[in-house]
Amino acid sequence: MAERKLLFGTKRLKEGFAKMQKGGVIMDVVNAKQARVAERAGAVAVMALHAVPADIRASGGVARMADPKRIMDIIGAVTIPVMAKCRIGHFAEAMVLQEIGVDMIDESEVLTPADEEFHIDKKKFTIPFVCGARNLGEALRRIDEGAAMMRTKGEPGTGNVVEAVRHMRRMNSELGALAVGGKGELAQKAGEYRVPLKLVLETKRLGRLPVVNFAAGGIATPADAALMMLLGADGIFVGSGIFKSSTPEKYAKAIVEAARNFDDPKALLRASAGLGGAMRGDEISKLTLRMQDRSA
Amino acid sequence: MRVGIVGVQGAVSEHEEMVRALGHKPVWITRPGALDDISALIMPGGESTTISRLLESTGLFAKIREKGAGGMPIFGTCAGMVLLAKKGGAQVRKTQQKLLGLMDMEVSRNAFGRQRESFEASLDIEGVGNRFPCIFIRAPAVMGTWGGCRPLARFGKAIVAAEQGNLLATSFHPELSGDMRIHEYFLAKA
Repeated sequence: MAERKLLFGTKRLKEGFAKMQKGGVIMDVVNAKQARVAERAGAVAVMALHAVPADIRASGGVARMADPKRIMDIIGAVTIPVMAKCRIGHFAEAMVLQEIGVDMIDESEVLTPADEEFHIDKKKFTIPFVCGARNLGEALRRIDEGAAMMRTKGEPGTGNVVEAVRHMRRMNSELGALAVGGKGELAQKAGEYRVPLKLVLETKRLGRLPVVNFAAGGIATPADAALMMLLGADGIFVGSGIFKSSTPEKYAKAIVEAARNFDDPKALLRASAGLGGAMRGDEISKLTLRMQDRSA
Repeated sequence: MRVGIVGVQGAVSEHEEMVRALGHKPVWITRPGALDDISALIMPGGESTTISRLLESTGLFAKIREKGAGGMPIFGTCAGMVLLAKKGGAQVRKTQQKLLGLMDMEVSRNAFGRQRESFEASLDIEGVGNRFPCIFIRAPAVMGTWGGCRPLARFGKAIVAAEQGNLLATSFHPELSGDMRIHEYFLAKA
């Protein structure tokens, strides 16, 4: 049978890609060797970076898209999807990442923002985008711009889950408010969130974000991953938590098991025991840089 | 009828909605014991390396193979298609991925390329119907079949849907398409 018209880069393909990641763990990696460790442990994808967020935080300076050569090495090393980060608003970096053939772009507050006013017009790209959010308004603005997947911002590179919890709980309570909101209130919310009423109505109807929503920013242990799943996350991003721990292979496998068995105390116990030291982590009040505040 | 959906990772809830819309009861399968209590099983899309690892650690792997060999209808989409195959291509070998080995076919993972090359096409599927909206996401393809395995749809040279008795596999994602004909066709096996 002859093929008829082919479609590429549709909303359905972009959001569908994110749906295939559900229940999984996406791990930050900085080289091919780490990418293979992540794949063997059962990661659903890897995020290719020049440095993990904890090191970006420690080294200071301007953080940019990773060297394309490094990303291509990682693509060559694994069969699972490879994602990469570009700076907020930096659509030229996004063009480079699309040209490389990464499977998803993270327009990320972990890197130094390139535009303080505009995010990338994500609908113009063939490959899907994931973006961070602290609350429902931010999430709906990013979805309106064309994001195919969301994640909490949390506070990257801290190994401290408190901000990811705050963002997920805030999102849940704002979704709860939509559920009981009358027509007038919803129109007001659309104005407050600066998004079309149609998107607010769709969100209310679904009772959740219209795209897949992962947890990110500070997840460092199997129990952290389970906590975020229990709060309603569709899956988990782990940045520094794996390769800044004392036993990355063990942590990677254990966090994959925890994301799967988040509601099974016995399995969580098995996943958590005898891992060795987790990454050290930071108290949020002691931070000099709050990455989550870099955009809204 | 109770229809199980392997619920370890991937697009599980989308199949759940289709099963429910067809008037059946969807059941998430995360433990081997749950397989005794269903009439048919769906293996959803997701990352096949992750799913095969979790099937082993949960003990589902051996039990699904036993049920499939014993005649339970099983439908695999995308990653689920990969897992049903007897033989895998280079990417399957590279990751030392374990396959259930129930269908007489060889699959190649990511046969059409990366996400940038993911596509939608309208294809005719033998026994199911014409102009089915097929959504291919980093999709696998069947490179060859033998024995009892029968191709049902092709895209160019690649086989993108195949059937072997109680077993059905598609490269694409009918659960994302809003078209229930393939699910209907599959559930008629039970």
